Amino acid sequence: MSATGSDARRHAGGRRPYVRSMDGWWKRDPYFIRYMAREATAIFVAAYAIVLLFGLYRLSQGPAAYDGWLQALKSPLSLAFHLAALATFVYHTWSWFNIMPKTMPILFAGGKRVTPAAITSAGLAAAIVMCLVIFGIVWRIA
Amino acid sequence: MPDIEKFIEIEVLRYRPEQESEPVLQSFNVPFTDDMSVLQGLQYIKDHLDGTLSFRWSCRMAICGSCGMMIDGKPMLSCKTFLRDYHPAGLRVEALAHMPIERDLIVSAEDFITKLESIKPYIIAKEPRAVSDGEYLQTPRQREMYEQYSSCINCMLCYAACPQYGLDKDFTGPGVLALLHRYNADSRDGGAAERLELGYADEGFWGCTAVGYCSVVCPKGVDPANAINQNKMNSAINYFTRFVPGKGAEK
Repeated sequence: MSATGSDARRHAGGRRPYVRSMDGWWKRDPYFIRYMAREATAIFVAAYAIVLLFGLYRLSQGPAAYDGWLQALKSPLSLAFHLAALATFVYHTWSWFNIMPKTMPILFAGGKRVTPAAITSAGLAAAIVMCLVIFGIVWRIA
Repeated sequence: MPDIEKFIEIEVLRYRPEQESEPVLQSFNVPFTDDMSVLQGLQYIKDHLDGTLSFRWSCRMAICGSCGMMIDGKPMLSCKTFLRDYHPAGLRVEALAHMPIERDLIVSAEDFITKLESIKPYIIAKEPRAVSDGEYLQTPRQREMYEQYSSCINCMLCYAACPQYGLDKDFTGPGVLALLHRYNADSRDGGAAERLELGYADEGFWGCTAVGYCSVVCPKGVDPANAINQNKMNSAINYFTRFVPGKGAEK
């Protein structure tokens, strides 16, 4: 923590504005911690995409390579990763649809303004329906 | 007056540049009644305990936007916050975060004012208009497109809530960008193109990472996070449609 010298010199007449440090800013408010948690879920999303891309790469190498990848997914370490990824994906989905109304222009339906809560609920409902549909398709294939 | 006088401890972050190299906390024991705001607590300190305490205030009714400060770490208007809600634990009062402290609870608003002026926060008529043309007409829906953003009182609480502004002073920041959108969204206004040059710049809408705390702390129900993030979509469309003949950025 220190006052900025340049500011002090710039202002005549004894002004010496003090600039506070931003160190550890995200720990100052629970709101910032939730924000950082939301952003951190992107790491798991990216990691899971890499796992799937690697599966595609193994598929290109033939049936034996692909089976090896499938077996690796059944290891305890992989299952633990999947559980952790699932938990962060749920939080990712929830936090994203919570912020979604902020990203949209003011909408009207039937002459009335669509509320942020309605946008969030519609997004979450769509996510749940899509998950169930994909789960159903995979279940039939498997 | 109640029979037993109640007291509350108010910790104030003091900074007197002529005698301190960095801010220090000073504690005051203040008698209070249930109808007293934090601002009135500070006025009691100034009148009875320490006349050197400096802070800004004017209207005492949450419309002038002068008395914003950090109260227990949250950006609040001190006239709209009551001492009774902090009793008996006490409270800590500091100058608004993310801005240079000028003295005690007074921050330097220079950066905010410069940015506010830069976005031309007034209606720029589409074409010259005479008084004889009569008043502008607006439908309720046209009004609703900007009304909420027009409640801004320039109190800078959203700047104290925005870590992106704290980390990067080049970022135009929530309040000014919300006002930029307020005028652009007004059907009477014709100045959108010149304002959007600032909005679409790196320091404009894209400096926001959608923390969203600005909209939570606003004492007037303005939603700066919404004003900013809906413009990111417009900015992206504007960027890509400049390759389409007859459309795009020059518009």
